[in-house]
Amino acid sequence: MKSGIASMTEPEIRLPDAEQLVVSSSPHFHCGNSVAKIMLLVILALLPACLVAVYYFGVAAFRVLTLCMLFCVGTEALCSKLMKRPLEINDFSALLTGLLLGMNLPPGTPSWICLVGSLIAIGIGKMAYGGMGQNPFNPALVGRVALLVSFPQAMNTWQIPGMDSVSGATPLQELGMLQQKALAGDSAELNEFLQNIPYGDYMLGNMGGSLGEACALALILGGIFLIVIRVVRWQIPVFMIATVAVCSTLAWLAKPDLCAPPQFHLLSGGLILGAFFMATDPVTSPMSRLGAILFAIGCGLIVCAIRFWGNYPEGISFAILVMNAMTPLLDKVTMRKPFGTQKKAVKNA
Amino acid sequence: MSKIFRFHGGVYPPEEKLASQAGIQVAPLLEKYTVPLQMHIGAPAKSLVQKGQKVLRGQLLAEPGGYVSAAVHSPTSGVIKEYGSCLGVNGTQWPALIIESDGEDQNQEPMPPISDWQNTDPKILLKRIEDAGIVGKGGAAFPTHVKLSPPPDTPIDTLIINGVECEPGLSADHRLMLENPDQIIEGALIVAHILQAKNIYLGIEDNKQDTIELFREKTASTGAPQVYSLKVRYPQGAEKHLIYALTKRKVPRGGLPLNVGCVVQNVASIYAIYDAVVNGKPLYERVTTVTGNPVVNPGNWLLRIGSSYADALKLAGGLKEQPAKVISGGPMMGVSVYSLDIPVTKNCAGLLFLSRSQLSQFQSKACIHCGRCNDVCPMRLTPGMLGIQIENDRFDLAEAWNVLDCMECGCCAYICPAHRPLVQHMRRAKTEVIAKRQAAEAKKSS
Repeated sequence: MKSGIASMTEPEIRLPDAEQLVVSSSPHFHCGNSVAKIMLLVILALLPACLVAVYYFGVAAFRVLTLCMLFCVGTEALCSKLMKRPLEINDFSALLTGLLLGMNLPPGTPSWICLVGSLIAIGIGKMAYGGMGQNPFNPALVGRVALLVSFPQAMNTWQIPGMDSVSGATPLQELGMLQQKALAGDSAELNEFLQNIPYGDYMLGNMGGSLGEACALALILGGIFLIVIRVVRWQIPVFMIATVAVCSTLAWLAKPDLCAPPQFHLLSGGLILGAFFMATDPVTSPMSRLGAILFAIGCGLIVCAIRFWGNYPEGISFAILVMNAMTPLLDKVTMRKPFGTQKKAVKNA
Repeated sequence: MSKIFRFHGGVYPPEEKLASQAGIQVAPLLEKYTVPLQMHIGAPAKSLVQKGQKVLRGQLLAEPGGYVSAAVHSPTSGVIKEYGSCLGVNGTQWPALIIESDGEDQNQEPMPPISDWQNTDPKILLKRIEDAGIVGKGGAAFPTHVKLSPPPDTPIDTLIINGVECEPGLSADHRLMLENPDQIIEGALIVAHILQAKNIYLGIEDNKQDTIELFREKTASTGAPQVYSLKVRYPQGAEKHLIYALTKRKVPRGGLPLNVGCVVQNVASIYAIYDAVVNGKPLYERVTTVTGNPVVNPGNWLLRIGSSYADALKLAGGLKEQPAKVISGGPMMGVSVYSLDIPVTKNCAGLLFLSRSQLSQFQSKACIHCGRCNDVCPMRLTPGMLGIQIENDRFDLAEAWNVLDCMECGCCAYICPAHRPLVQHMRRAKTEVIAKRQAAEAKKSS
């Protein structure tokens, strides 16, 4: 050990200027993630499906998607102004809501319906509850369902890809109509329909339906991307799709001449879009993993109930909205025991 | 080698161990030392010296102020200039003795070495640890003699040596282990002898391969302590989680490691125990990392207790640029300070300087209920929900949702995409809940 007092006053040694030091609570590091990044990644994951929609439905699809995004962001900006709150459209959540709303509309939706849907989605579905993070229901689905019950005519005019002016039915609607016929005694058409289901077309999006229901393949790719980069948890899509698969398999095994096979239920309609992109909305789905699993199973069961017995051919929106309402309860009942909780009460020595 | 168990949650912050290859350097003698009397949990130490009195290195300056307290020794020879106060790391004034060096660095006659500790009564060894003023050097600075004195009806079968050093940036424990393996192994055996523990485990994170290999080599013939390589994951070094990783035992809520037959000691404390028992040397110096991008020469120094942070920074060559933040400890649980006049204490493992680009300053936003905080919370709490409850001053709900189990490791705030100050919320709620409980207690007893 060196003895003697070291001279430690050399002028070149620089010490900090205390005035410029930041003092704050720990932790002092952050992982760098942000709400805006999450929203942008979801939008990115939706892009392939959007491109497919534009490919099949042309300018009509592009118009609906852009208008919905524009109107949603505009509505949020307007509401923030009226509510005298800081403008937070830079978190891109309104943009995502707009995109999802657009993907839930038929390709030929009139512009004014896009506007009404956006006003309802953001105005009533989100901002009325206090904005980001406060809404109990998925705003895009609130918008879609409000439009569905208010303007059933416009919301049920489906274009068949490639045939601009022809409107037809979605596969689920067709199945529903044919099932009615079969129950009335005429099962020939149903048999033919069931035997010639064009799964390849469903997979690629070559069928009637809302913009986002179209291409299952693009949606699955986007969804897997989100799971791999851990933006959404795998539990919700996997358990929701699995529940629908199990229920539809059971129904099909029970009545093979009346019910469609499970792969029909998985690929037609909005299940893939709903399971990967709508049910996984963090704000309106449970925070706990067990809660998320119960939520997803609930969604799947309600979807099947509506598809099998309901008046509507499609039930994804309703199923997710109903389960959104259950989210706080699910979070409460699935609250975990902290680390170190004893299985049996320890006797106080 | 038995199985290692993975605890729930955790995060992977950047390691930033800039000083891990820098050998420990002995700090030169300073002109002045400011020795705080409260460097530990428990009662402050009681000063035994007068202003103007001449003291020697290692001389007892202050005796423990109670059972849960620790002695304080002089870092060098010199004169007590003042019995005053100094700025503490928590921002309050601490009572402190200010010692002016005489430059001689004269050593007091050391306490008699106990080389035959195997055949010494554990009580005598415990007394030595108490006399040497040893406290937990890893973080909380809990007096070691108390920690090593479990109630007689609580047998301890396992001693765990904590060489994890999971805080980013710090490398003091790493260097200490690498440069003093024999002393640490013997220290571990001494503590195991005191506790009569039959298992001795040493847990090291696998970013310190050199240390793991060295200890495996050293213990190949004896098997004590058993060396465990742990996957890097913060907070692997948290006491309860280290116990779980090595033994699968879960410390009960509100309980202590001794409830599951374990005692955990940081390697630096083990080294101090070795020094006290075998060399008769009290605790008046420690290895501290001075690091960070703005520092000219990041490194590890053997500093006397009572050196100021500014002295430590000067040893590292000062700064290349103005830092944005100065942290006592690591970036996950350390305390940011606004002055370098704070003295190095017995539990000060590192000084970290962050540059402006490393600063994480954000506007916090509304919770989006994504549940990432649930996923990473090692205590399996629900930090996001707790944060909302606490923002609304619902401390009753926070209490019911187990806020008191929070150990403030910072995983939730680290991962939160809405940049919510969750640890700050938890601290506030814990303070409120404890105050409420104490008030209820006081009312009951009056």
